[in-house]
Amino acid sequence: MDPLHDDLLAGVRDVSPLMLGIVPFALVAGIATVDAGLGLGEAVGLSVIVFAGASQLAALDLIGAGAPLAVVVGTAVVINLRMVMYSASIAPHFARYARGVRAALAYFLTDQAYALSVAEFGANDDRSRALYYLGAAVSLWIVWQIGTVVGVVVGAGVPDAWGLTFAVPLVFLALLVPAMKDRPTTAAGVTGGAVAVVAAGLPLNLGLLVGAVTGIVVGLLTEARAR
Amino acid sequence: MTGDGIALVDGVLTHGVLTHTVLGQWRDAFEGSPDVWAAIVVIGVATYGFRLSFIHLFGRIDEVPPSVKRTLRYVPPAVLAALVFPDFVTLEPSVVATLADERLIAGAAAGAVAWRTENVFATITVGMIALWLFRFVVFA
Repeated sequence: MDPLHDDLLAGVRDVSPLMLGIVPFALVAGIATVDAGLGLGEAVGLSVIVFAGASQLAALDLIGAGAPLAVVVGTAVVINLRMVMYSASIAPHFARYARGVRAALAYFLTDQAYALSVAEFGANDDRSRALYYLGAAVSLWIVWQIGTVVGVVVGAGVPDAWGLTFAVPLVFLALLVPAMKDRPTTAAGVTGGAVAVVAAGLPLNLGLLVGAVTGIVVGLLTEARAR
Repeated sequence: MTGDGIALVDGVLTHGVLTHTVLGQWRDAFEGSPDVWAAIVVIGVATYGFRLSFIHLFGRIDEVPPSVKRTLRYVPPAVLAALVFPDFVTLEPSVVATLADERLIAGAAAGAVAWRTENVFATITVGMIALWLFRFVVFA
């Protein structure tokens, strides 16, 4: 088989088991848009322009609660800061491509595409970096777009008492648990969460930001003490 | 239809990776406030900047400063926990009132599943079933 197609298809194949987690996540992002009082246009706008699930859900949650847009933007931006970490880690693999190609590759960077690609490039040096990555990343993009649209359509017809938006924190919980993998990261999570609960009454919905920043500081302090 | 939000979308898109055809479809779907659209665009531009940062810069600088790397490691757990905890717990005047909450019980059950399986789908399923069980049966 054409080796180019081989690399592309390998990316598509390797990402497919992850769709089991992406589909409900995307549906919830669509449902949350309706719940925040927004429509299909904003759902598609968020999914195409931002294309980062956790920040989309947090932004919708805050918009629904009537938070000022500066707080909405600040919170979403802090959540997506982790992309800098992925960008730095995957950059050496993309250094061989022209600037325009790199700019396009960057748009599709997500937690899943990053994790899969870096693992594959480490294990198999012959892989085409761009093709394998795009096979995984563009598949995720397509499923994410379809999933959010379906979520908007479905979400509009479900009674409030079912509490479907409770699926939002459940998605975050499923991402949080593996993120607390050692003492400092666990300290960061537990402190961030506890402070956010206590600070939930703060004006401008600032509790989330205050909790997140406190958690990051406590994580750094815990790490410094261990050394 | 011609608020600040759309003007901003226009400006970003002509220089961005997306095409004018997509923009036309967005215009048709556009129905919300320009402020919300402006927020979406600002978040999107910042996020793309984070994604592009080192992919673009690589070659000019050799390595990510270690202090930046260390700090970024704590962003996911701190932010996710700050998002999750307040949705499961609301502080009430008494301990009993705080703990006897279907959201907290469902959250704890889902947390156990997340820890054992690290599976998003299983976590959502168990959490929702537990929520409904306590909301419609036990506490009903």
